[in-house]
Amino acid sequence: MSTQEKVLPLARPQFKAQYENFIGGKWVAPTNGNYSENLSPVDGLPLTRIPKSSAEDINLAVTAASKAFESFKNSTVVERSVMLNKVADAIEANMERLAIADTLDNGKAVRETLAADLPLVIDHFRYFAAVIRGESGAVADLDPETISQEIHEPLGVVAQIIPWNFPLLMAAWKLAPALAAGNCVVLKPAGPTPMSILLLMEAIQEVLPAGTINIVNGPGAVIGKVLATHPDVKKVGFTGETTTGQLIMQYATENIIPSTLELGGKSPNVFFESIMDADDEFFDKAIEGLVLFAFNSGEVCTCPSRALIQESIYEPFMKRVLERVEAIQMGDPLNPTTMMGAQVSSNQKEKILDYIRIGKEEGAECLIGGEEYKNPAHPGGYYIKPTIFKGHNKMRIFQEEIFGPVLAVTTFKDEAEALAIANDTMYGLGSGVWSRDAHQLHSMSRGIEAGRVWVNCYHLYPSHASFGGYKKSGIGRETHMMMLNSYRQTKNILTSYNKNALGFF
Amino acid sequence: MSTQRVSVTQAASEMIEKLKKEHGPLVFNQSGGCCDGSAPMCYEKGDFYVPSRNVKLGDVCGCEFFISADQFEYFEHSHITLDCKDNFSGSNSFSLETALEKQFVSISRIFTAYEYENLEK
Repeated sequence: MSTQEKVLPLARPQFKAQYENFIGGKWVAPTNGNYSENLSPVDGLPLTRIPKSSAEDINLAVTAASKAFESFKNSTVVERSVMLNKVADAIEANMERLAIADTLDNGKAVRETLAADLPLVIDHFRYFAAVIRGESGAVADLDPETISQEIHEPLGVVAQIIPWNFPLLMAAWKLAPALAAGNCVVLKPAGPTPMSILLLMEAIQEVLPAGTINIVNGPGAVIGKVLATHPDVKKVGFTGETTTGQLIMQYATENIIPSTLELGGKSPNVFFESIMDADDEFFDKAIEGLVLFAFNSGEVCTCPSRALIQESIYEPFMKRVLERVEAIQMGDPLNPTTMMGAQVSSNQKEKILDYIRIGKEEGAECLIGGEEYKNPAHPGGYYIKPTIFKGHNKMRIFQEEIFGPVLAVTTFKDEAEALAIANDTMYGLGSGVWSRDAHQLHSMSRGIEAGRVWVNCYHLYPSHASFGGYKKSGIGRETHMMMLNSYRQTKNILTSYNKNALGFF
Repeated sequence: MSTQRVSVTQAASEMIEKLKKEHGPLVFNQSGGCCDGSAPMCYEKGDFYVPSRNVKLGDVCGCEFFISADQFEYFEHSHITLDCKDNFSGSNSFSLETALEKQFVSISRIFTAYEYENLEK
């Protein structure tokens, strides 16, 4: 606690007592006049009041976005690139305030929002500002007199439904490519984390044409379906759990529109014996690589929540791992020395505790943690101690996404067994492989059925690397410039310069 | 008496009756993965297309309760108690009770050997 006593928590910025929807470039009260309290998981206390919108507000937002699209669809690449850079600059100028807001909304440690979430948000807008300047469609000389042009055109109004685990970063992942491609957006934030995105809109509203981004808060049960089935919505992007993902796909069939889904994961993180060939920087990195299950309080769809460790190094490796987990500093999430913050809600905390109980009932051995953390700084907040279970891959704690700081560890004998266990899951989002053997790294990374394999690293999210799921983890990709094509149509213009008729008629 | 896979608390059954009055017949599907995963989703019957290979775990207050076939492999040994809690934090699911600041939750436990032997077929 000594470090914590010396470093003061960051001061809470002044927030408004009530926020509104952001529609057509204006702050608009919900038509029904209803609001709900937004509680902070940091202390369980109200932060502000947020619109509890209805179908009417969604209709207003879609209308505003459609109107904006009439001119935004004709914006030039240069104009959109300049705009996205200005968005990035405005966020950067407000970085600390937004990082603190994200921490208060979600509960995660401010150390993470300052060092990871916000820098990645800013970079995402700059990345898409840059890549649209450097790409072009394609032209083919089909024959000396026939030219085929593949032209990109935006889809129109797109709906985006984002999760609560990275409220600003997941918004940026969806907003930046959609705007870069020339679309207008209606975005529904997640219920538990509605505030930080509204502060972000305050910061960037001046640089956006009115109606290009519209934000409507409210219960998914009331506004989700209206948004996803709206006839003027040309695409739905969703991040969340599997059943809602299926529902989104089903709704998309009504208007025959595409949907991209980023769903759950139960990512394997595989450690081969060669990591312990030396007690050096790389071995230290591998230990941290395992302990990253506690990153973002474990509330990450790519959380490395299954650690597969080669039998021959299990004991000495785990000894070092447990020392590192023991050193995880918990406390006030607003204190920059705090390493792990709160879970997003009381129900989320209860669900995690339920899984911890199930792990014990199934006979898994709890190596560390396994209970709530009573935070002396915030007794009303929702905290769980980082927890590690040892068991086998058929247990529920190895198969279900807990979405908390709970790691399930098991051992394997050889590469074949490691791969079999790694792929014995309904998900395929993230994965990690750690070894000093290049051939082993290659065969494992090709063998694992997942959209992302981190090789000798974990939890890095550069803009220029695609991200998405195999199996039940979703459809489509995010990040990387390939994302632009999921937000636009391809139009083929086929031109003949031959003056003569075909000769059929 | 044979063992049921799903049971329901007083709070959940009251919420189901309330939602039935507003929406008509309902259906439950146990979700997996990500933010609001591992929670039972409640929809108007017919609004959610229940995947044809999903497994029916039982009936709660006259509503069918399903789970996907691959999740059932791991839930096979678990009993679910459908409960309903306050949820002032909201959710990003479309489950009907979230509009009323409530949330259905699945509290599960592993069957005893006796219960598992006597599961309702």
